[in-house]
Amino acid sequence: MAKSNSAILSVRNLQTHFYGDGAVVKAVDGVSFDLKLGETLGIVGESGSGKSVTNLSILRLIPYPPGKIVGGEVIFDNKDLMKIPENEIRRIRGKRIAMIFQDPMTSLNPFMKIGAQLMEITQLHEGLNNSQARKKAIEMLELVGIADASRRIDDYSHQFSGGMRQRVMIAMALSCKPELLIADEPTTALDVTIQAQILELIKGLKEKIGTSVILITHDLGIVAGMTDHTGVMYAGKIVEYAPTEELFSNPHHPYTKGLLKSVPDPLIEQKKLFQIPGLPPDLSNLPKGCPFSPRCSSATTQCQEFPPIRQINAEHYSACWLEN
Amino acid sequence: MCLPSFLCVIKIMSTDKTLLEVNNLQVHFHLSGGGLIDRLMGSKPRIVKAVDGVSFDIKKGETLGLVGESGCGKSTTGRAILQLIKPTSGEVLFQGTNLAKLPDREMRPFRRHLQMIFQNPYASLNPRMTIGDIISEPLTVFKSLAKQQLDKQVQELIERVGLNPQFIKRYPHEFSGGQRQRIGIARALALNPDFIVADEPIAALDVSIQAQVMNLLQDLQKDFSLTYLFISHDLRAVRHMSNRVAVMYLGKLVELADANEIYQNPLHPYTQALISAVPVPDPKVEKQRQHIVLQGDVPSPLNPPLGCHFHTRCPQVMDQCKTNEPKFVNIGKNHFVACFLTNK
Repeated sequence: MAKSNSAILSVRNLQTHFYGDGAVVKAVDGVSFDLKLGETLGIVGESGSGKSVTNLSILRLIPYPPGKIVGGEVIFDNKDLMKIPENEIRRIRGKRIAMIFQDPMTSLNPFMKIGAQLMEITQLHEGLNNSQARKKAIEMLELVGIADASRRIDDYSHQFSGGMRQRVMIAMALSCKPELLIADEPTTALDVTIQAQILELIKGLKEKIGTSVILITHDLGIVAGMTDHTGVMYAGKIVEYAPTEELFSNPHHPYTKGLLKSVPDPLIEQKKLFQIPGLPPDLSNLPKGCPFSPRCSSATTQCQEFPPIRQINAEHYSACWLEN
Repeated sequence: MCLPSFLCVIKIMSTDKTLLEVNNLQVHFHLSGGGLIDRLMGSKPRIVKAVDGVSFDIKKGETLGLVGESGCGKSTTGRAILQLIKPTSGEVLFQGTNLAKLPDREMRPFRRHLQMIFQNPYASLNPRMTIGDIISEPLTVFKSLAKQQLDKQVQELIERVGLNPQFIKRYPHEFSGGQRQRIGIARALALNPDFIVADEPIAALDVSIQAQVMNLLQDLQKDFSLTYLFISHDLRAVRHMSNRVAVMYLGKLVELADANEIYQNPLHPYTQALISAVPVPDPKVEKQRQHIVLQGDVPSPLNPPLGCHFHTRCPQVMDQCKTNEPKFVNIGKNHFVACFLTNK
């Protein structure tokens, strides 16, 4: 995709494969995108489409074996994160690029006090001493809206509710004022009213701290409200990429069109939902050519060959043979 | 003579229309702390009032949506209706029979009329049974069919839910989540039930598969004249599926009305917040919407707030809400609300 000067992160042709049982699963198969400074990029897709693996690959958090980043580059601050030595990427993880995960229950250490987990980060990355780190931790907990932070800092994660734990995760991620925050399904495990709280919080803090955000989600509603650009992933590839408003008002790829039509709108009464036929593909046994073609109503013989991603208009890209 | 018989016909028709009636249903769970030592120490047993006085009716052929956040008691309500959990008190009238009072033996013949579809298609199918066995089990329990007839019915069911009948000898692990949910639906349909409790049937599925399962449930409802209790936390799915919607909070219903009415004109502050919290899949609309963001978490059901359970998070709380409990009343057009703002 178009190279932009103000890009904080450029991912080029990223490929992450998993090996096992004699089969190769191409979980991420040639993903490219740019994230502009201060923007929020949404990545949507169904389970197994490779959205989480893409973002774990950015920080080289893929367990080897079975997984391996086999190609591509991730340019952050003029350096290719795929090539720098391990100790250098450790200084970036958690400090300049931070991540929050879907499940706040399993991503906090149950044996450590919340405060100790928060202090660890600033002590490691910013060299604060104990009392400074503790002060900073309390400050961060207050920032994410945890009442009575100076007392709660000595609690364990099981003493917090799901929404509160996600707030702690966000406090932790933002402790070092990262330039990039990767949020992987941050509200999927939460109730509707708590989801609204967390999304408001991320939006507010993004403005306050000026962090760029990659938001991974399967919920098109969240993408609509939170992001500037959106990439749609299917079978390890970005099949469509556009400014969010453009994507919703003028989708090009049949998969995007199908997804948008298959979500009921809570504000309007609908008669029958559109459904995409068939099942998401088995990544170890992909069809020839376009992986969506077996489920696509517009598929032609041309789809036997994989469609390259091409420009539809100014900032709109799609990997489909269809005319505009 | 003519007039009374005419009235009589009307009465039969209208009672005919209500398939299931739930009156003041309560399900309480006793937690640990009721042992001998605790009693000697004088501590009171701790009780979770998971369902605390819920009343509604479901008309034949309709879908009643039941929404609420985790822990509000919506699944417990569904299970208590099917007597999978014995209610502590209250009535569950199915075509006039109070299921809550029936001993297990007498409940059994009713079970074929009341079925359930579960949330987790991975945990609700026995991994050591083939899908043919899973779907035929209800038939062998309730009907004595010849082998050939049984196979034919199972094949028809598998086809009806959109699976290939050649899969009959396969095991659940060979299927995807959406396909497993179809197997669960086929099992629920096997005995041609009248009423199905669908407990979060799409929560574990991908977006494109959710639409498939919702459409399947709607098609089956038409073909088999089914009545659904559709339990979900997904307000988009609930609106799409339901004729009427009931909203639950901490064991109690707070609002119940026609689906269109409740989404266009929500009266309870909790319903208003829930609907406003649902992201709309349209960036132009979404960026202009004012979200009501509730403060705080749902209180523990072990120790619910006095008065109106919602008062601790309610943006429009008044003094009386902290001490008095609002009644669940019909304010017209069969729109029920439990709130002092509407029930003055």
